[in-house]
Amino acid sequence: MKILVAVKRVIDYNVQIRVKEDGTGVHTDNVKMATNPPDDNAVEEAVKIKESGKAKEVIAVTVGEEKAQETVRKALAVGVDRGIHVKTDSYVEPLGVAKILKKIVEKEKPDLIFMGKQAIDDDCNQTGQMLGSMLNWAQGTFVSKVELREKTIQVTREVDEGLETLEINLPAVVTCDLRLNEPRYASLPNIMKAKKKPIEQLFAKDLGVDVANRIQQIKVEEPPKRKGGVKVANVAELVSKLKNEAKVI
Amino acid sequence: MSVLLIAEHNNSNLKVFTLNAINAASKIDSDIHVLVAGNKCENVSKEVALIPLVKKVLQSESTNYENYLAENLTPLVVKLAESYTHIIAPADTFGKNFMPRVAAQLDISQVSDVITINSPDTFVRPIYAGNAFATVKSNDKKKCITIRPTSFDPAPTSGGSAPIEKIDAVDVPNVSKFIKREESKSERPELGTARVVISGGRGMQSGENFKLINAIADKLNAAIGASRAAVDAGYISNDHQVGQTGKVVVPDLYIAVGISGAIQHLAGMKESKVIVAINKDGEAPIFSIADYGLEADLFEALPQFLDELKKLNTIQK
Repeated sequence: MKILVAVKRVIDYNVQIRVKEDGTGVHTDNVKMATNPPDDNAVEEAVKIKESGKAKEVIAVTVGEEKAQETVRKALAVGVDRGIHVKTDSYVEPLGVAKILKKIVEKEKPDLIFMGKQAIDDDCNQTGQMLGSMLNWAQGTFVSKVELREKTIQVTREVDEGLETLEINLPAVVTCDLRLNEPRYASLPNIMKAKKKPIEQLFAKDLGVDVANRIQQIKVEEPPKRKGGVKVANVAELVSKLKNEAKVI
Repeated sequence: MSVLLIAEHNNSNLKVFTLNAINAASKIDSDIHVLVAGNKCENVSKEVALIPLVKKVLQSESTNYENYLAENLTPLVVKLAESYTHIIAPADTFGKNFMPRVAAQLDISQVSDVITINSPDTFVRPIYAGNAFATVKSNDKKKCITIRPTSFDPAPTSGGSAPIEKIDAVDVPNVSKFIKREESKSERPELGTARVVISGGRGMQSGENFKLINAIADKLNAAIGASRAAVDAGYISNDHQVGQTGKVVVPDLYIAVGISGAIQHLAGMKESKVIVAINKDGEAPIFSIADYGLEADLFEALPQFLDELKKLNTIQK
């Protein structure tokens, strides 16, 4: 079995986002970047399956600017075999990313694809489902548990009502929840070894797919600020304020 | 223009977030058709037909639609989409699961999680866990949109009499099999729509200690929420999680107990009308957005809170 993992470089989840004054986006210069958190879970799951002997090769792929390679390099340092970087000049919408990934899938012919369920920058939650749709493959989204079978994979999905279990045919796309596993840290020797692992670089424009954005960003602004509240001295004062001032209880 | 809205239901009843999405859709166009795809879902169709904003109900029945598998639902929606300008669903785990599959088939760039409709092609949506709002214009001819339910009031549910049209089921790919659904049964209001929510975080220290929260929830008729830290620690099940990748809630009153206030948690609750924070760390970020902050040990504060509530003559339900 061959597994493809898609990873994305985003602003680190600990960074406080600052919106640009001119309304064109958020500040990214000199801001700490990292792999999209649930993509780390996707990498971890793929590597675990390989370690269990059920997969022969794990490939990590990213779509983005030059530095997006860092996310692939990090994946290589925790056990992924090789990487693919599809270079783009600017932001590509999930639809475009899914089209690029489809091209990679046609070339690499993986049996299983893992990726995070949502990127924490654009919060779209689309790419995995779109890719599954374009390939006519089954999908398991928001997955917190997987069990690989012979020709299927059983997935436990985190849904609004609780948990849902599906058995989906392979090949399949699985989008990962943060609770799927505990991503490991790379050891220093493995980070050194990862530097020798190959990353193939491709260009989106050479893949013959239309990745032009369809959605025009008019402006990005700060959400309305909540005005700071008050501290209350004790529980009696709190309940009194809720009852008589806020009138919510 | 006309809108195809995909109803969320459990084959017996309509799920309430469909109503919020219908209201949002009415700000795009008044010609709203609602697809009820399910198995033995006649009651749901009847329920939808009573909604005054709905002009027509499309009912399609098949065992393949019983568990709303995205792979099975997609071909039906794609086929119907031909006659509509906007395909809409709520941005909960139902809509998020299937809508991108539909959009990809139609070669449409989906607009996810819309919180404001400026015009039929221009929308506002939160990005970066709600730390920025993006105004976006979709240049696709047809639009696929998911609606953040808590940003729109639910549509009224009675007084309408839309016709119900039967639609043939469409072939499905047979690649996915439903095994089971484990729903958390609760007598309490649903987290997504409750008037009052009380949430516990890592500060609760154990699942057992959530009984302190339960007692107050009983008194206030509140739903119970949790931070990701509390869910990950196993104190409470995942369906209680509030935050960027959990549920977004907008109650009249949100009480955060032992929750420090990570960006990811704030994303799910900061639009609440009144926020209370109870935390022993006076520097916790949750205090910066709380209307009322109580710096106290929750193990002392919660029992006192309950006692104070018991003293009240009346409590809103």
